[in-house]
Amino acid sequence: MLYEQELKTFVEGTTNFFEIAAQQPASIGSPYLMEGPPSVHEYTGVIKISGKREGVVYFTAPKAMLTVLLMKMQENDFSHETMKDLVGEVANTISGNARRDFGRDFVISVPSVLSGEKPEFTQKPGQRSFIIPINWRSHSAKLVVSLT
Amino acid sequence: MNGKDKRSFKLMIVDDSNLMRRRIERSQQFEELELVGTAADGVEALELFKRTDPDVVTMDITMPHMDGIECIARLVAMKPAIRILVVSALADKATAVEAMERGANGFLNKPFTDRQLNEAIAELMR
Repeated sequence: MLYEQELKTFVEGTTNFFEIAAQQPASIGSPYLMEGPPSVHEYTGVIKISGKREGVVYFTAPKAMLTVLLMKMQENDFSHETMKDLVGEVANTISGNARRDFGRDFVISVPSVLSGEKPEFTQKPGQRSFIIPINWRSHSAKLVVSLT
Repeated sequence: MNGKDKRSFKLMIVDDSNLMRRRIERSQQFEELELVGTAADGVEALELFKRTDPDVVTMDITMPHMDGIECIARLVAMKPAIRILVVSALADKATAVEAMERGANGFLNKPFTDRQLNEAIAELMR
């Protein structure tokens, strides 16, 4: 289960990422709870969490957003592989930054990336997903946090 | 290694993200740093090290096959004078301490600005 202060960690991590890496802040919508995995966009970067907490954190975004994000990062390679790289790196950065508050026993995996499919993960009884809506320029993405 | 020397120093960039490797290569502003190669994990980094003998390394931590912490320890064992800047999303102090204890010389958290990267490299090369 995710507590309010812990949710704040992920919200701040997301805000920080866009402010620094994208040089333009994102606005974060009100996080909400959902039973079962939420819908995903075209690219999803998934981080498995183990250690003191278990679950997943994933960042899912449309190709259009990732394309503009790459441009803002001075990239001119907009290939499928680069999209996957970026979405994995976003998920990795936000999850890794969460260790500032969660500690080193919040063990993060190497990112895995999906194109269009929902991540498959086992939710323990009572475990739900928090959805953090992200709006950046005219694009929408989500950060999903599902932890024991 | 000091700013007055005009010789070049060999740079190796280690990160499982190709984007991040390109970003570091593109953003670092030191003429005296000559990129000798990039690696996507610790195993590749060790192989590249044997071929190119870098002086300066930027090192991610969370990577497949061999993570950055283990790679740092092995590089320092082979070349104690090597200078390693950890560039990682892992923001807990314990990780930074462990990296430094294994032989890293600096730690830069992702995400970072170009300025922060270059300040960290400058500090590394002093």
